[in-house]
Amino acid sequence: MSTQVFYFVATLSIIFSLMVIFAKNPIHSVLYLILTFFTFTVHYVLLNAQFLAVVNFIVYMGAIMVLFLFVLMLLNLNKETEPSKSPLIKIVGVIAGGCLVVTLIGSLKSASISSPLILKNPGLGLVENLGKELFGPFLLPFELSSLLLLAAMVGAVLLSKRDEIEA
Amino acid sequence: MDSAFVIEKFILVAVIFGISLVIAMYSTYAERKVAAYLQDRLGPDRAGPFGILQPLADGLKMFMKEEIIPTSSNRFLFIAGPGLALLCACIGTAVIPWGSPVLIAGKTIPLQVSDINVGVLYIFGVVSLGVYGVMIGGWASNNKYSLLSAIRAASQNISYEIAMGLSIIALLLMTNTLSLKEIVDQQHGWRWNVLYQPLGFLIFMVCSFAETNRAPFDLPECETELIGGYHTEYSSMKLGFYLFAEYINMFVSSAVMAALYWGGYNYPGMDSMAVWLGPTWAPLFGTAVFFGKICAFIFFFMWVRWTIPRFRYDQLMNLGWKGLIPLAIANIIITGVVIAIIEKF
Repeated sequence: MSTQVFYFVATLSIIFSLMVIFAKNPIHSVLYLILTFFTFTVHYVLLNAQFLAVVNFIVYMGAIMVLFLFVLMLLNLNKETEPSKSPLIKIVGVIAGGCLVVTLIGSLKSASISSPLILKNPGLGLVENLGKELFGPFLLPFELSSLLLLAAMVGAVLLSKRDEIEA
Repeated sequence: MDSAFVIEKFILVAVIFGISLVIAMYSTYAERKVAAYLQDRLGPDRAGPFGILQPLADGLKMFMKEEIIPTSSNRFLFIAGPGLALLCACIGTAVIPWGSPVLIAGKTIPLQVSDINVGVLYIFGVVSLGVYGVMIGGWASNNKYSLLSAIRAASQNISYEIAMGLSIIALLLMTNTLSLKEIVDQQHGWRWNVLYQPLGFLIFMVCSFAETNRAPFDLPECETELIGGYHTEYSSMKLGFYLFAEYINMFVSSAVMAALYWGGYNYPGMDSMAVWLGPTWAPLFGTAVFFGKICAFIFFFMWVRWTIPRFRYDQLMNLGWKGLIPLAIANIIITGVVIAIIEKF
C-alpha cells in the first residue's frame, strides 16, 4: 500500500518538476513548483517525518513560494520583454545539455536498485524526538545555523537601509 | 482500517462541513444585522420572519447572475482562484477538537476528525496557504487593481504570519504539546490559557484579523483605492466563493482562538455537569459551549468591523513589524523566564 502510494506520488513529483521547466509562463512555473513541494510534503508524511512535512508545508509552500509569486507578479514578464538569445548561446546550451545526458546515462547504467531503507527508530521524525536530537547531541550545529540566519537577516536590513545612509 | 471507522469519520466530516457552511451562510446575515444594529437601522427584514431567509435569497441571486470571464484573463487560474480560496478555508476544520469523546450506542466516538500530533502547525500551514486563492485570482484577472490587491494580500499575510507564529510559540512553551486535543484538555474547567497568556492572545487575535482580511485590516479589498480589490473582475458564484471563504475563515479562526486560548469545550463546573448529564449529553453540552464561544468571537469580528475604520497601508505594516513582532518576542522571553523560575523552585 505504502509502496504504491510512494510510486504514485514520486511520479507526480517528477511530472510536476518537469512542468516547472517546460511551462512557458513563469507564473505557471511557480505554481507547478508549489505542487512539486506539495508532493514532497506527502513524501515526508510517508516517511513518518511529520514535523518535517508540516514545516516544508509552511516554509516552502506557504512563505517562500508566496514571495516567488509576489516578485514574478510585480515583474510583469511578457514575450515582448524577453531578451532574444543569440545562436551562439543556443549552440552552447545544446552541447551542455548533451554532456549532461551522457553523464546521466553513464551513472544510471552503473546504478543498482538500492534495498529499501529501514529506519531503526520509526518515530524519529516526530516533533518530540526531533527536538530532543536537535537540542541534545546537535545543539552546537543547530545554534551555529541560527547564527547564519541572523547574519543574513542583519545583511538584508542593512541593504534596505543603504539609501538612508548615503543620503 | 475497518468500515465502521471510515463511516464514522465520513459522517463527522460531513456534519462539520455542513455546520461550517451553515454558520458561514448565517454569518452574512448576522453581519448585516449587527451592522444595522450598530448604525441604528433595521437591516434585512423582508425574506421570512426577521429576514432569516435572506442568506438563501442571496445565494440564489449569486447562482442566477451572469457568469463573466474576462477575455484577456487566464481562464483556468481565474476559475481555480476562488475554488482554492474556499478549499483552504474548509480544510482547517479537520484538526479542531469539537468536543470530548461522546458515547453513542455503546461506542465512544471522538469529536475530532484527526488528532495529528502537529495540529497547531497544520492550522498554521493552512492559514499560510490561504493567500494563494487571493493571489492567483487577483493575478489571473489581468486587471491592475486586482493585481495590486493580490500583492497587498500576500505581503500582509506574510508579515502577520510571523507575529502569529511567535505568539503561538509562547503558548507552546506552556503546553509542551502541538496537538490541539491535548492543548484543549489541559484547560480543564477554569484553567484557560488566556489567563496565563493574555498578551499572546491579544497578538494572536490581531493577527487573525489580518490573516482573514477582515476590517480594520481589509486592505486587499479597500474600495476607495482598489475598486473591489482582488475580486473586481469576478461575478456570479465565483464572487460568492470569495465572500464565502472569508466567512468560513472567520469561523475557523474563531474556533482556533476559542480552542487555543479560551478553553475550547471546557467550562467551569463541567465535572458536576458530566455526572448529571451522563457520558452522551455532557460532551455534547461541551460542544454547545464551544460553539457559543465561537459565535461570541464571530460577533466580536463584526463588532470591530463596524466600529474601527480601515488602517492605512503603512500603518498596517508598522503595526505588524514594529509593534506586534517585538511584543511577541518579549512575550516569549517573559514566558520562558517565568517557566524557568517555576521549574527551579
